[in-house]
Amino acid sequence: MKAVELKMNNINIEFPGVHALKGVDFTLKSGTINALIGANGAGKSTLMKILSGSYSHYTGEITLNDKPATIRNPKQAKNLGIDIVHQEVDIALVPYLTVAENILLDKIANNMENRHRIKWKEIHQEAKEVLLQLDIHLPTHRLISELTLADKQMVLIARSLINKPKFLILDEPTAPLSDTETEKLFFTIRKLQNEFNIGIVFISHRLPELFEICENITVMRDGLIVSNTKIKNTTIDEIVKDMLGDESTHLYVKKEKTIGNTTLQVTDLTNHDLSIKNISLHINSGEIVGIAGLVGAGKTELCKTLFGDFPIKSGTIQINEEIQKYKNTAQAVNKGIALVPEERRKEGIFVDEPVYKNFTISHLKNFSSRFNILSQKKEREISKEMIAKLGVKTPNELQNIGLLSGGNQQKVAVGKWLISPAHVYIFDEPTKGIDIGAKAEMFELIDQLASEGKAVLYASSELQEILTITDRIYIMYDNKIVKEVLTKDTSEEEIMFFSTGGTK
Amino acid sequence: MMDTLNSKNILNFLNKWGVILAVILIILFFTFSLPDLFLTSSNIINILRSISIVTIIAVGLTISLSVNGFDLSVGSAATVSSSLIISFFVWYNMPFGIALPLAILLTLIIAGINAFLIVKVKIPDLFATLSTMFIFEGVAMTYTGGGSISVGMPKLDGSPTTGKLPELFLKLGQTPWIIIIMLISVFLVHLFLNHSKHGRYMYMIGGNQEAARLSGIPVKKYRALAYVLSTFFAALGGIVLASYVGSSQINAGSGYLMPAVAAAFIGSSFAGHGKPNAIGTFVGAVLVGVLENGLVMMSVPYYSLNIVKGTVLALALASTYYSQKKF
Repeated sequence: MKAVELKMNNINIEFPGVHALKGVDFTLKSGTINALIGANGAGKSTLMKILSGSYSHYTGEITLNDKPATIRNPKQAKNLGIDIVHQEVDIALVPYLTVAENILLDKIANNMENRHRIKWKEIHQEAKEVLLQLDIHLPTHRLISELTLADKQMVLIARSLINKPKFLILDEPTAPLSDTETEKLFFTIRKLQNEFNIGIVFISHRLPELFEICENITVMRDGLIVSNTKIKNTTIDEIVKDMLGDESTHLYVKKEKTIGNTTLQVTDLTNHDLSIKNISLHINSGEIVGIAGLVGAGKTELCKTLFGDFPIKSGTIQINEEIQKYKNTAQAVNKGIALVPEERRKEGIFVDEPVYKNFTISHLKNFSSRFNILSQKKEREISKEMIAKLGVKTPNELQNIGLLSGGNQQKVAVGKWLISPAHVYIFDEPTKGIDIGAKAEMFELIDQLASEGKAVLYASSELQEILTITDRIYIMYDNKIVKEVLTKDTSEEEIMFFSTGGTK
Repeated sequence: MMDTLNSKNILNFLNKWGVILAVILIILFFTFSLPDLFLTSSNIINILRSISIVTIIAVGLTISLSVNGFDLSVGSAATVSSSLIISFFVWYNMPFGIALPLAILLTLIIAGINAFLIVKVKIPDLFATLSTMFIFEGVAMTYTGGGSISVGMPKLDGSPTTGKLPELFLKLGQTPWIIIIMLISVFLVHLFLNHSKHGRYMYMIGGNQEAARLSGIPVKKYRALAYVLSTFFAALGGIVLASYVGSSQINAGSGYLMPAVAAAFIGSSFAGHGKPNAIGTFVGAVLVGVLENGLVMMSVPYYSLNIVKGTVLALALASTYYSQKKF
């Protein structure tokens, strides 16, 4: 097998308002494993999407062994031997079909030509052979819906092998896997590398494992490649430094405030699906506590568990020294907990409803008379006050919230918890998808809550934000809290180190 | 830009007032085509009476639609309650004051099973209520021995019966009471859905269940309540039906399911931007009722009426879905 070299030269791509890739050069040889990493929004996914044919409007040149290659759609990429296994494995698989059918889906769907009858024996035989080559032991008759996530990944890898690829992109394949499953995956990846001579791009946020499996590492930041080296010549510390860069712009300057007694005390909390394990933390009144960690570390699950949305397996939650036992979100709200969820349009607001109904939904009691009849007049009055107070840009309170900008929607999503004061405010990525001006306003609002003596939990994977707004930080990795630090004594490097699995 | 705005405005206007406009136009048409016949007080009462049972069942169904659910079992619930109440009178000589609440209460078992299957077992609404529709059609038939029950008929074991239908009960199915019960039902459901805290919760759940849960709304409780209320109005419809017919007939309620669905959908499409609502449902039922009545008077054979009903439904749904260009 002769080596093939893939080169991407001076790749540029723009999206409305963002110059996502600014002249990126990237090289990949068959038979090597290359790590590609970067913080959220650095451009690594965009680069790989270009390589696998998802975008057609980029500029720059792609060559295979110095011969120009055209990649403008997924089919062209596949024909050139480039395939991608996406992070969301379920999207690519048909759950009620068997392993064999899924592996040969392409063939069944596109290469039947004039035949109409499917030869099941052949399909299963062919699937079995592919799996055997990879040393994967999966019955080809099993339904995809019965498989674990790790096995589904294997099916996708086996499927890509059908087309005899030269290059394979694995987008965060280890994120949902346990340690033993990861070991198994690495075994398969090495087989792809050594026996099939495939060049692999390995995207991951878990830095320690990169040293185990990759030869080269490419670090991206802000649409540029900042370093490209043999992995044995670098360290986690250096990689983290490359990922973060050294510019740190201050978004917001926090107010001075006094920190009081413990409002929220969480002890050894584990939820039923183990998406958080043995969490212990406390928040004092007037304090803003950060939850740092990468995507998938369990931040959202922690927020939702505290809000009563995940059943608790063991551990306790105390508010003002009183043990709380709530079984659902309604009871959590009654106990004085407020959550501003991560997925605003999906979870935080009712897009088809007017602004005022979005404001009042969590505290309709305040607006109902006897027999629970609502006073829309009162609702609209309060909403007008809130619009003025929070500076929501909307023609009036009757406007559909779906028509507002992200930042203004978020103000309403926060504002609904201000109508009746809570003790604990939980923010899950509250600045996601809002512009920098709205971000500063959001910080001011959160700071204001703290200075009123509320306990605030601020979960985010944006390190700068966490460092800007919080007083103290818990760092999560693999569904656990691995470190607690004071914001004034820490740095982006330290947080990144612990949130990528580093141990000292 | 201006053009699209204008056409959008027209669509919006039609969406909002279309059903009222249609009713007025149709009434005008029939009034001129059928002078001295159509717009008479006796005919108006006739129309209202003809739609009352459908409307009572349909406003209940509207509540299940408001949480983005669907209650296919309302027809069977009506059958069950009508069989129960007639049997209570004829077989067991029960007084009205006991028979009525007992029949409704027993029929609410269907709601309990619906709520259990949908909220706990997590079967999609349509399929869960499809199964209970069949189950309780069978339960009602088994209870009545596969036949009808009327005054003077012997019990299933052949023993003679002496029960009579109380006067008060028979009033329910006669004008003006049948119309008054319908209007009160429409009014109560309207008050509940559009002006109460609970109704607001239900619409919000229907709009975005995730966001509702994360706003602290007890979603499970309210989805269960929606099915309880929808069964309640179906049971009420069944009782009015029993009183109107004066007996319990096999599968009497099942004929009301689809007209009720049609009324609710015509109403929500024409008079609510696709949002199910009680007044809309009522107007939807009126529209169908007026059309049927007028067309029969114009000597259109009764067996062709469904063509009209179906066309109106298709137009109503088209007006909602065609303008709903979500991006």
